[in-house]
Amino acid sequence: MSNDPIHQFHINKWIPIDVGGIDLSFTNSSAFMLATVGVASAFLYLTSSNRGLIPTRLQSVSEMAYEFVASTLRESAGNAGMKFFPFVFSLFMFVLVANMLGMFPYFFTVTSQIIVTFALAVLVIGTVLAYGFMKHGFKFLGVFVPSGVPAPLLLLVVPIEIISFLSRPISLSVRLFANMLAGHITLKVFAGFVASLGAFGAIGIGGAILPLAMTVALTGLEFLVAFLQAYVFTVLTCMYLNDAVHPGGH
Amino acid sequence: MATGKRPDKSGSVEGAQGAGKMPTSDELDSRRRSLEAKLVSKGVGPKPSSGDKGTETASGVAQAMKLSSEFIAGVLAGAGLGWLADRFLGTSPWGLIILLLLGFCAGTLNILRSAGRVAENRGVTSIKEANRDKPE
Repeated sequence: MSNDPIHQFHINKWIPIDVGGIDLSFTNSSAFMLATVGVASAFLYLTSSNRGLIPTRLQSVSEMAYEFVASTLRESAGNAGMKFFPFVFSLFMFVLVANMLGMFPYFFTVTSQIIVTFALAVLVIGTVLAYGFMKHGFKFLGVFVPSGVPAPLLLLVVPIEIISFLSRPISLSVRLFANMLAGHITLKVFAGFVASLGAFGAIGIGGAILPLAMTVALTGLEFLVAFLQAYVFTVLTCMYLNDAVHPGGH
Repeated sequence: MATGKRPDKSGSVEGAQGAGKMPTSDELDSRRRSLEAKLVSKGVGPKPSSGDKGTETASGVAQAMKLSSEFIAGVLAGAGLGWLADRFLGTSPWGLIILLLLGFCAGTLNILRSAGRVAENRGVTSIKEANRDKPE
């Protein structure tokens, strides 16, 4: 069990709740989602409550997070997209903190569950669709019609564009999920090598140095991936929101 | 001097290249560099700086993850739509067949788009896309 790389992703029911045949149990996944929200809110609240003109170290961290998301959003969706800032910033903080919490040993990684990332991605695409249709009406469908394509080809191109659009939440969620899952499994497998090689006596312990070094390096890499994936998720969200704000661009 | 520089491969290479003089490794290097510069200026080839602080392998893995997830997502979306169409319109098996094929097209389109080889069909976006460095 200790060497099973998949074991860390098991969902355990902590408080079983059953409402009308629907399983609403409070699981370790729910607990860590709550913890993620709690840590993110507490961090932002505590670091910004002082509001010093000269920021302390932690205050400048949260200011950096704010600036970072704000500039990313303004760059891709323009000033009109800034009304989505609370949404994008919440998404970024949630994914980032969930990824970072997952780096603690024995912690559960919320973003390694595809249903969680898929729910986030559907939220993004749902926002794009709802806002796009609300703001632009049927002109929003122009997103699916590339300009300068001969009419007969549109029969083929428009379905492809629609499928490509519908595949966005899938690729958005699969990317985050796959990165976190693969990273954690790799880390666990290499760490497992250390333990099992160490059981072979002196030669084994000597040989275990290699996977140990690998584990250390991978841990660093995983921190990078954890940040990078939160960043990628945010950038793609901004790009998709841009479609809702300026569909077609013509 | 020239003969002294290439004692081993004189026979075969000279035959292939004709009597023309062999480019030295310095010349080849400079040619390669000018080709790279040309490719970069045309927007093909590797971006000079992608904003990625990771190692070469890390960004390669990220790229692979990105492109494969784009493709898989296209195929899955097509297959899902086809399955739904069959289920609710009773067009089995044609919905699945046609939409799965379209899904492959969409997946390929996704890959080409995310690799920056095909312009986005959105006028405003495409201009901005060119200036912004891509997420890895």
